[in-house]
Amino acid sequence: MNNQLEQPTNAGSPRASSASRRQRELSLNLLQYVLNALLVFVFIFPILFMVVSSFKSNDQIFHDLRSFQAFLPTGQLSFENYASVFAHSQFLRFAANSIGVGLLQVTLALTVNSMAAYSLSRLTWQGQQIVLAVIIATLIIPFETVAMPLLLLVSKLPNISFQNGIHLSSGWLNTYSVQIIPFVAGAYSIFLFYQFFKDIPKELDESALIDGATRFQIYRFIIVPNAGPVFATVAILSFLGSWNSFLWPIMVVQSEELRPVMVGLQYFFQRIINWGEVMAYTTMVTLPVLALFLAFQGAFVKSLASSGVKG
Amino acid sequence: MATASIPNPQHRKNPDFVPAILLGGPAFLLLLVFLIGPFFAGVSYSFTNQRLISGNTTDFVGLRNYTRLLRLSYLMLEPQKDEKTAQLLRDEAGKLTYPRSREFTRDEVKYPQYTGLREWFFVPWGEKRLVILAGDPVFMKSLGNNIFFAVVVIPLQSLIGLMLALLVNQKLVGRNFFRTVYFSPVVTSMVVVSIVWKFLYDLNHGMINQFLANFSLAPVNWLGDPNVAMWSIIIMSVWQGAGFQMILFLAGLQGIPEQLYEAASIDGANIWEKFRFITLPSLRNTTLFIFITITIAAFQLFTQVFVMTNGGPDDSTSTVAFHMVRTGFREQDLAYASTISVVFFLIILAINWVQRRITRDL
Repeated sequence: MNNQLEQPTNAGSPRASSASRRQRELSLNLLQYVLNALLVFVFIFPILFMVVSSFKSNDQIFHDLRSFQAFLPTGQLSFENYASVFAHSQFLRFAANSIGVGLLQVTLALTVNSMAAYSLSRLTWQGQQIVLAVIIATLIIPFETVAMPLLLLVSKLPNISFQNGIHLSSGWLNTYSVQIIPFVAGAYSIFLFYQFFKDIPKELDESALIDGATRFQIYRFIIVPNAGPVFATVAILSFLGSWNSFLWPIMVVQSEELRPVMVGLQYFFQRIINWGEVMAYTTMVTLPVLALFLAFQGAFVKSLASSGVKG
Repeated sequence: MATASIPNPQHRKNPDFVPAILLGGPAFLLLLVFLIGPFFAGVSYSFTNQRLISGNTTDFVGLRNYTRLLRLSYLMLEPQKDEKTAQLLRDEAGKLTYPRSREFTRDEVKYPQYTGLREWFFVPWGEKRLVILAGDPVFMKSLGNNIFFAVVVIPLQSLIGLMLALLVNQKLVGRNFFRTVYFSPVVTSMVVVSIVWKFLYDLNHGMINQFLANFSLAPVNWLGDPNVAMWSIIIMSVWQGAGFQMILFLAGLQGIPEQLYEAASIDGANIWEKFRFITLPSLRNTTLFIFITITIAAFQLFTQVFVMTNGGPDDSTSTVAFHMVRTGFREQDLAYASTISVVFFLIILAINWVQRRITRDL
């Protein structure tokens, strides 16, 4: 705080009052640290417990439950639970499915939504305002509202498979497409891009147009390179959405080979009664995402917040 | 909107139409096929008997699904009397006994007006018993559970989020670390969170009951007691999501100009007055946005229920989304599930509208 700005208003000696103020500030700081420490524990204990337990035997987990040992690496620690997860489930397959689906979805979402936002924010065309209004209006439709009709739709969409020649079959159930394509275009992603693109100076486009650039070139070489943060935000949001998706894949993916990690986890959890193994599975699907979050958190948090308040 | 930057005599009115459609087309088409189309399809299915997988043709059934979903009625039950003495019958505990509501709802000949209804709940009405009947009591319970969840979580999570935001907005060494920790449950999958908490909540082996045992406190049946289960899901959900509200409030706090506080200090305002007259009013839009996001999330409640309780015990944790999946996917009654979706959407619309009205008047 700016001590210089404040006038000593009371009759007491200024030196004494500033000393007591410093003391008050110190104790206030201390109080805040205590409060924060408590809260850190509250927010981290389930995750800490999960990670620590994944290295313990079932007996050790139950033995440690009653005390703080539950959060400490006590007893015999091993990777046995992890080995069991690989032995008892197709974890690597599930993880590969989720990573593949996630990366493809992110790539497509970034391309398609940023192009749409570009055409909405920086081009002038008839019907633009209506399309924009419709997209903003769809923001209010929760996925749950369309999940059921969507289920019927994808069960009827034609499906092309390329195994042993080209086959046309009916129904997207049990495919990778059904996990990706319906979620590529997102009103919220378009909205995020739109808000960001709007603020890039229009003069950039104009001078490029005079130089003979096409609209696509302007998008590709002027807008995209200038919009790193919003690309990062949409990438992370759509990857997280895909990695954590649950309601949709439990309905449309029955085949084990195509199962994503979270659905695999639910099946694993129903089948395996060994808590150590379950914790090893949950740790393996959580820590990479937490690491990703730590690596990108600056851009992530900032863009998320700015979009949040304006929405 | 700025007019076209380069005068183009041929398409002056619509200069960018072709590139706009080429660039925007894919997204507009996908939204049309996978969001807007299904939305209207769902509305139309709700007036039919469409099944998820069926060889039968689909017929228009009018409002039948809506009647089944939303129909309410009541039944006044007289206490049972001894036929000879006309004295009120009492059970071993000395309580009055009543006929089962089933005797009325299943008797199509004598009571056709109660056909298709089932008991939702009852309240004592003097000596009598008022039974509320519903076409789909599970839906009514689910809706009630969602409302309960929303009513508890909105103030709880907003307050905790605001408190966290105020804390990590202080110029404190390590505040970035605190921020990260408070936010980390948000990026953790709800399936993972639900499984870990299911272990924490376990009746016999759960950490929370073991912890309570250290203080000789009786174990709580966190997920098995109909009166407690929803609270358990609420606590977990607040824990998981508070970091998100913190980030939103933090952005709101940082958007408040420092000069406002300086001016208030010069005018002799204390910390509370600054909070009350500068911080809170400045956070109005943030708060509105947070209320809306929490409410919508509250009505989307599904994963926690699916993983932890499967709607039980006694439908005490069933939710609208869970009921929708139960009817549409497990029972393949797509038309009925679509009806639930439509009602669900109307509720979300209504809440948005009400919240906008209320917050505008504040």
